[in-house]
Amino acid sequence: MMQLAVRPAPLLSVDDLVVEYGLGNKTVHAVSGVSLQVARGETLGLVGESGCGKSTLGRALLQLRRAKSGRVMFDGQDLTAMEGEALRRMRRRVQLIFQDPIASLNPRRRIGDIVAEPLIIAGVKDAAERKRRVHEVLSAVGLDPDLVAGRLPHEFSGGQCQRICIARALVLHPEFIVCDEPVSALDVSIRAQILNLLEEMKARFGLTLLFIAHDLAVVKAVSDRVAVMYLGRLCEVAPSEQLFARPAHPYTALLLQAIPVPDPDVRPAESVATGEPPSPIAPPSGCRFRTRCPRADQRCSAEIPALRQIGPGQFVACHHPLA
Amino acid sequence: MSAPLLTIEDVAVELPTPRGNLRAVDHVDLSLEAGRTLGIVGESGCGKTMLSRAVLQLLPKKAKLTGRVMFDGQDLVRLAPDSLRRLRGRDLAVVFQDPMTSLNPVLTIGTQLMETIQEHLELDAPAARKRSIELLAAVGIPAPEQRLAQYPHQCSGGMRQRIAIAIALSCEPKLLIADEPTTALDVTIQAQILDLLAREQGRRHMAMIIITHDLGVVAGRADEVAVMYAGRVVERAPTSALFKRMHMPYTEALLAAIPKLDAVPHTPLPAISGRPPDPTRPLKGCSFAPRCNYASGRCHEAKPVLTSAEMPGHLYACFHPIRMAEGIEA
Repeated sequence: MMQLAVRPAPLLSVDDLVVEYGLGNKTVHAVSGVSLQVARGETLGLVGESGCGKSTLGRALLQLRRAKSGRVMFDGQDLTAMEGEALRRMRRRVQLIFQDPIASLNPRRRIGDIVAEPLIIAGVKDAAERKRRVHEVLSAVGLDPDLVAGRLPHEFSGGQCQRICIARALVLHPEFIVCDEPVSALDVSIRAQILNLLEEMKARFGLTLLFIAHDLAVVKAVSDRVAVMYLGRLCEVAPSEQLFARPAHPYTALLLQAIPVPDPDVRPAESVATGEPPSPIAPPSGCRFRTRCPRADQRCSAEIPALRQIGPGQFVACHHPLA
Repeated sequence: MSAPLLTIEDVAVELPTPRGNLRAVDHVDLSLEAGRTLGIVGESGCGKTMLSRAVLQLLPKKAKLTGRVMFDGQDLVRLAPDSLRRLRGRDLAVVFQDPMTSLNPVLTIGTQLMETIQEHLELDAPAARKRSIELLAAVGIPAPEQRLAQYPHQCSGGMRQRIAIAIALSCEPKLLIADEPTTALDVTIQAQILDLLAREQGRRHMAMIIITHDLGVVAGRADEVAVMYAGRVVERAPTSALFKRMHMPYTEALLAAIPKLDAVPHTPLPAISGRPPDPTRPLKGCSFAPRCNYASGRCHEAKPVLTSAEMPGHLYACFHPIRMAEGIEA
């Protein structure tokens, strides 16, 4: 078992998780042996490009997608072994926020009812208590409960809908929230509002977050540590500042170089990235990044690089890490 | 300065909606010379796409367009549909955001490329085929001959966008409009596509308009940038002046709201409060005034017009322009 940056008893611990989908007679290797840990009160950023398995990993943590093998330990309990009522009870403590805030709200239901739904599922029978808690979270996310509770989702903008989704995720006072691309669908000016709100809510409700995104700058803004994922495997895990200052995996370096910087003095590096990610149906042998990697050699196609520690808190899965 | 290839004069677009007329584009003036790149930046609903549709004369049927769009000596607004069709695809090309919907899913890539080529250039089928292969190779598609027989769903998003670019470039256009060309793509693929566009533009000396919501995309690649807000161009300047000495508070706020790679984690972002105004409601003053940190009473009463700054080519629409020795840190 891989031990990653162990601080006192992690809230969430993932051990060698494998998730696969059937596609006709083929298999999509979405997550192939991921191990990571998230400490209580921490925000772990998870970055990668489309199809790298980051959303599947997020869902597998919450048991919305069952793993083929491996374990997900939450606060000392094995979620992968849980079913039925026990799992439902556990879900009060772990919540999910999706990318598209408008699509994740039922267009025919009123905001007050949408936000109260988790309370009903959790068995809060007292209507006055439900109303009190709905008001509490709606105010917390910056909406006026009296004004919004009776309205329908279409009356709100994307940014406001995301606030409502956050309120719904918070209403059961969870300990852990998986945020799956929560700001990708939002405009720049609204994105900053929602990122600030997430930080505020994290402090106020004592949350632990897994923040999934494809935008490295967004991830850095909110994360204590960052995990980089490529084609179903983790490439690198490191404290945010360290990852950005001294990326050790060639893929992390490539991602960093590819980001367009809003500064005209920074000339875009010419064609840093070559090729495209291979299909997760037939991932390359050995290191999955080797087909695009400038440092790849024979060993990379023969041997899967294990995630190993190379510095304080920094782990990399590469046979030829950068300095 | 040579005569501009494209001049947009006082263009306004209104769209009828059940809630009244929506001001999509609110009296915009822009111009672009051959071989130059103009970036148009703004958030959703700011009118940047509608403006490009006005240039292409591809507005929704009910849209009301006023003003003039002079392209290569002709007013596109008053051009007959026939002449327009001959122009579009040949001199005037476009690449859209989503390459899955802009390519026809039931036609092979070869058919789609050759259709455009044969429509506009007098080439027979073998010559058009040869040119298609050259174009696919030029946009970096491996094994171009095999690709011709394939359908769009057999290609990745990045490949599809390369194909859309190949089609756009097929008749050597004078102007290429790229409307969010990389928004649907991953960051490593985005860099490749932006490089490709820049390279082909240089090689062909064509003019290009890049429409994007991402200031990062235009920073290193456009000669000039126009920032749009609520249907209007609120600031326009050579790229480096825009980033270093912006005068418009909206430009400053937009740049500040982007998370920076060199910032320490958990730094609160200077967010812009509120949201853009409802474009169906009449607006008296500056459209950004309700969200602006510098706004005074005057900003709510009168509409600031585009004014020249001290630097040539730098225009801004603000009563309280930011004056600074050096811009905020990008």
